[in-house]
Amino acid sequence: MKKRKLAGILLSLSLSAGVMAGCGAASTGGSGGKETIKVGANLELSGGVASYGQSIAEGLQLGLDELNKKGIDGKKIKLVKVDNKSEAAEATSGSLKLVSQDKVAAVIGAATSTNTLAQVQIAQGNKVPLITPTGTNPEITNKGGKVNDYVFRTCFIDPFQGTVAANFATDKLKTKKAAVFIDSASDYSKGLASAFKSAYKKNGGSIVAEEAYVAKDTDFRATLTRLKAAKPDFIFLPGYYEEVGLIIKQAREIGIEAPFMGGDGWDSPKLVEIAGPKALNNTYITNHYSSGDPDKKIQDFVSAYKKKYKGKSPDAFSALGYDTAYYLADAIKRSGDASPEKIAKALAKTKDLSLVSGKLTLDKNHDPIKSASILEYKDGKQEFNTKINP
Amino acid sequence: MELIQQLVNGISLGSIYALIALGYTMVYGIVKLINFAHGDVFMVGSFVGFYSITVLHLPFLVSLILSMAACAVFGVLIERIAYKPLRNATRIAALITAIGVSLLIEYGFIYVRGAQPEAYPGDVLPEHAIQIFGAKINSQSLLILGVSVALMIILQFIVHKTKIGKAMRAVSFDAEAARLMGINVDRTISATFAIGSALAGAAGVVFGVYYIKIEPLMGVIPGLKAFVAAVLGGIGIIPGAMVGGLLLGVIESLVSAFGYSLWRDGAAFIVLILILIFLPSGLFGKYKREKV
Repeated sequence: MKKRKLAGILLSLSLSAGVMAGCGAASTGGSGGKETIKVGANLELSGGVASYGQSIAEGLQLGLDELNKKGIDGKKIKLVKVDNKSEAAEATSGSLKLVSQDKVAAVIGAATSTNTLAQVQIAQGNKVPLITPTGTNPEITNKGGKVNDYVFRTCFIDPFQGTVAANFATDKLKTKKAAVFIDSASDYSKGLASAFKSAYKKNGGSIVAEEAYVAKDTDFRATLTRLKAAKPDFIFLPGYYEEVGLIIKQAREIGIEAPFMGGDGWDSPKLVEIAGPKALNNTYITNHYSSGDPDKKIQDFVSAYKKKYKGKSPDAFSALGYDTAYYLADAIKRSGDASPEKIAKALAKTKDLSLVSGKLTLDKNHDPIKSASILEYKDGKQEFNTKINP
Repeated sequence: MELIQQLVNGISLGSIYALIALGYTMVYGIVKLINFAHGDVFMVGSFVGFYSITVLHLPFLVSLILSMAACAVFGVLIERIAYKPLRNATRIAALITAIGVSLLIEYGFIYVRGAQPEAYPGDVLPEHAIQIFGAKINSQSLLILGVSVALMIILQFIVHKTKIGKAMRAVSFDAEAARLMGINVDRTISATFAIGSALAGAAGVVFGVYYIKIEPLMGVIPGLKAFVAAVLGGIGIIPGAMVGGLLLGVIESLVSAFGYSLWRDGAAFIVLILILIFLPSGLFGKYKREKV
């Protein structure tokens, strides 16, 4: 009896707390003239690609801390974080919560294209801007020739990465026969691969083998043995680090010596742990930025990041998370009243904004035009190879 | 040449399936229960091995034994807490409980430590590549095979030459009669769970060393595949699980070898369906007419 009473009290307490929290959200959301602006972050904080989400969250936090020190026209940004567990369904419900319950002015996320695509409808339907720091699939901002007015990104898009990789493979590595090995369930992987294939063929090379795998596979030896028989001198592997690490390790074990190349999906310290530093020699990635780039703006960011996160070196995800904070802040400043619609309009007009990952100008599809870096793995460390401008 | 390489790939993969399948088959043989939590015991074993290698800095063999011991205890706990109270309930109740336990372990584990993957350190075992008939065989694949075969021989010894093995065979044949003969049925069932789970733990460590990446949901697919392997060999029959595991591994590798890598998981379950239609008692099973 007593127990039930206690439970009743607890239940009513928690219910009223919920109601009050709702009131709080309502009073800060909506109209202008408030002190704080709520911004949602819908990121992969756990699950398969947790390392992307964590890196973005760290960069984002660093950027917002710096911005809040000065304030944006006297206002501060408050971040509301949601973990989408690296799953598209969770990303959708997380975004819905941010937009309808927390009434945020903008949503940042997610790290991967698939999880970002899962949120596009909510951003469009509720007229709240969505900015993905690292979702590189073209369809995020432009579906079937129609631009999504409320969706933006801080990074360049897949075709660009695939084209850069193809040019690098033919011009610098002098290869003629490429193989493509893709993740059959990932929009990102397919996007990079198709851009790579068309650019590589245009450069006079031929695609000698095409294979696919499914995310979460652990044994690729059988398919790799098949790839080896096609004797490619270059293998394009646009996947995410979990599988890529295993694929490269197993490929070297069965004696594939050809260079591998991929996109920003490889960029994680876990990749080196999984594949081992030796297997990763003679592999390249296209990326948004390199912490080894001597540019002053980049080095300032690297040292600020290292100071905040105990000597940890920022990867491209952190850099883009950081840039997203400044990108959004710039638009909020120009929007006037920080309402979601005005922020979206301001974001669309961004021009020559100087960021860590290069100078950002938006084209008419809401896709940034900016430079790409090519990095090479040497004994487990990423080394800056070249920078390629659009 | 390529075919030999593919066979080697398949046998390495198959011996892991076989180790897991043994646990399924032993438990089924004795309590007629498909223990769906078995794949998660495999996952727990893999993590125990990971932590004892990285945190306690133990060598491979000690980690393997530690993980097997931890899994044996874990398996007995699962049996005592979840299955023993349902010993006389309907088979479907026990089956549903097994699925529940499986989900509880998976998501409980994620709740405690998060879902991010871990990577086994690459230098647990020395790596050499051996060339045989143009196929490149990794010393680690040989080790997997070695550990699996050794454990299977030990298992055969336990089942056929020891007292507890005799008790297990007796209980599996007729639990009531065994009880009348003075065999402690509860303890025998616990021993079966302990041995089966220890094998799953060993498979977990071997899997980690060979495939490097481990994560909380890693047991789901290997668990299901091992179940297929157990059915393929004839569920309840120990040599059947070994053969079924190896055969399934080779089938999967060959499917990929012919360029249908995306159909690989599908192939395993097509095998299950074919076996259930044409040979319901498995390759090694005897056809028994059920009395009505």
